[in-house]
Amino acid sequence: MFRIPKANLQVMAGEELPGVLILDVGGTHGVLENLAALLKKHFRVITLKEFHENKEEMRKKIQSVFVFEGRPTIDRELLESLPNLKVIGNSGVGVDHLDLKMISSFGVKVTNTPHAVADSTADIGMALMLTSARRLVEGCQIAVSPDTKYFAVDWLGVEVTKATLGIIGMGNIGYKVAQRAKAFDMRILYHNRNRRRKEEEEAVGAHYCEKMEDLLQQSDFVMLVVNLTAETHKLIGRKELGLMKPTATLINISRGAIIDQDALIEALQNKVIRAAALDVTYPEPLPRDHPLLKLNNIIITPHIGTATVQAIRMMTEEAIANILAVLNGKPIPSEVFPK
Amino acid sequence: MSYQQTWKERAGPERGMEGQELPYVLIDSIGGKHGVFEDHVEFLKKHFQLSTMKEYLENKKFLSEKIRAIYMWYHKPVINEGLLQSLPNLKIVASSGVGIDHLDLKLLSSYGVKVSNTPFAVSTDTADFGMTLMLASSRRLVEGYQMAISPNREYFPADWLGAEVSGATLGIVGMGTIGYKVAERAKAFEMKILYHNRNQRNKEEESAVGAIFCKKIDDLLQQSDFVLLSVSLTPQTHKLIGKRELELMKPTATLINISRGLVVDQDALVEALQNKVIKAAALDVTHPEPLPRDHPLLKMKNVIITPHMASATKKTRRLMMENMTESIEAGLRGLPIPNEVLL
Repeated sequence: MFRIPKANLQVMAGEELPGVLILDVGGTHGVLENLAALLKKHFRVITLKEFHENKEEMRKKIQSVFVFEGRPTIDRELLESLPNLKVIGNSGVGVDHLDLKMISSFGVKVTNTPHAVADSTADIGMALMLTSARRLVEGCQIAVSPDTKYFAVDWLGVEVTKATLGIIGMGNIGYKVAQRAKAFDMRILYHNRNRRRKEEEEAVGAHYCEKMEDLLQQSDFVMLVVNLTAETHKLIGRKELGLMKPTATLINISRGAIIDQDALIEALQNKVIRAAALDVTYPEPLPRDHPLLKLNNIIITPHIGTATVQAIRMMTEEAIANILAVLNGKPIPSEVFPK
Repeated sequence: MSYQQTWKERAGPERGMEGQELPYVLIDSIGGKHGVFEDHVEFLKKHFQLSTMKEYLENKKFLSEKIRAIYMWYHKPVINEGLLQSLPNLKIVASSGVGIDHLDLKLLSSYGVKVSNTPFAVSTDTADFGMTLMLASSRRLVEGYQMAISPNREYFPADWLGAEVSGATLGIVGMGTIGYKVAERAKAFEMKILYHNRNQRNKEEESAVGAIFCKKIDDLLQQSDFVLLSVSLTPQTHKLIGKRELELMKPTATLINISRGLVVDQDALVEALQNKVIKAAALDVTHPEPLPRDHPLLKMKNVIITPHMASATKKTRRLMMENMTESIEAGLRGLPIPNEVLL
């Protein structure tokens, strides 16, 4: 829960609530109704439609934009038309859809929600690893298939307990994955820009791999938990997949573009690795004739890492707290800076 | 320590020495959908003379006197009084898995035949699978996967949401080896853990996983977001979860079954799911297995069913086979039997 300081809630007599721009309320891509209600407690909520219909009046009122599921798109034209814009509050932790340099050149700050997403994303990472290893989806298909007469006893998956998990990216989310994996008695390796403190490593029994190659060669499960940046783009390509064990599973809960997707198709087709489980792809959704959709050793989910009632609410609350901090000149909990 | 090393330390003289005959053990068949695994046969043949049911029936006169043990792999071969009567030297039945509800223990005991199972081999895989079912159900993974690959390219609705596992309340009914391992895993997800068991666990065990004992199952049912069944099937646990118990559960709760289908009143479950008395179910076990193809449970969107696969990994199956071999050998030598099932 994010405590929104009391001072921010006071509205001085005659003063209007600061304006926040959103795409829409409800509909296919709009902010959910109950989340819009949260916004309305602190802001004058202005939809993109209302803005376009009444630009002259609205443009000066808009001090913030609440970006939900990557919308509305923040482009130069929009930034030029909002003279009092102070902050873009993103719902979610990934900001690869925002041009941070360009936004910064307008003197506008960007914030994200790293805390709200952590538990639910770590949970999805674990869910994908377990589901893939134990062949749950195939099992469900067998259980309901009209052709099933009896259950075969020689139909097997691979163990998770005591297997080796290699976590690439040991930030907030990666660390929570490690905490969960530890309870499954997994051997945990990690690769990160910076090494974590000894106490943190020991608390989850994680071993640092300075070279990603070492992690790839030893892991039964490789989980990607990094931000998408210029450095991590296509981090996992043909070479990296070739280093992995042929019995290994690749799990991606970061961004699709971190994997060279063509190399992944080849690796899965030629059984260079055992399987993959992806909550993210590039693009989302994949074209319906994409080769990844035809493979039988892959699970794909439609970017549901934070798709829980609890997480989506917490993300809005965290975004609100960040936006208010900027507008009130207070310390900003989660500001994101361009490189 | 490898299996071979521990075995040798306990068993005594070398096996398979020249002139020494290996004991005859009856199995159902080799390979195929139900038989003993082909890649286990080499190991088994080092310890036993295997006779399939087919071979036994073709050579009854000779083999019926020789067979001293039955290696029961996934409930086969079926053991009835007729078979027991025709195997005068049968000493032990080693059954794969932990459940023994398919065996008539009284009958076997009356013929002086001992029984063993494999409770520990299956425990971690089964606990892992309980967690898998809980996560997959709560986050609507199977549904999500179907949408992700569906040829109908619809936009993914923003209000399509699952429910969080982290921080939720898990009620474990049956806190034996498997139930406790589930608790260990759930603790790392910061779940609040309640449990109901015949006997309360000791304080250290409880605090190690932060589990709170519910003497009355009702208290557990009323407070839990996830109710996980990990009991053995006995006359006391038959239809343990019926209409009354389902109605005590929260309407937002999910029932997870990794025990036996008969622990749940299946008709009551169908009704509860149809009327939204509970939110969802995830079942690795049903009655019967498999369900008839027109059964209502197979059609429900809020139900995950898996084909009794909670212990289905290569390593565990091999460990089970080794455990069973150990039990048979001990039984035939009159030594204490590892994993013996007592009446």
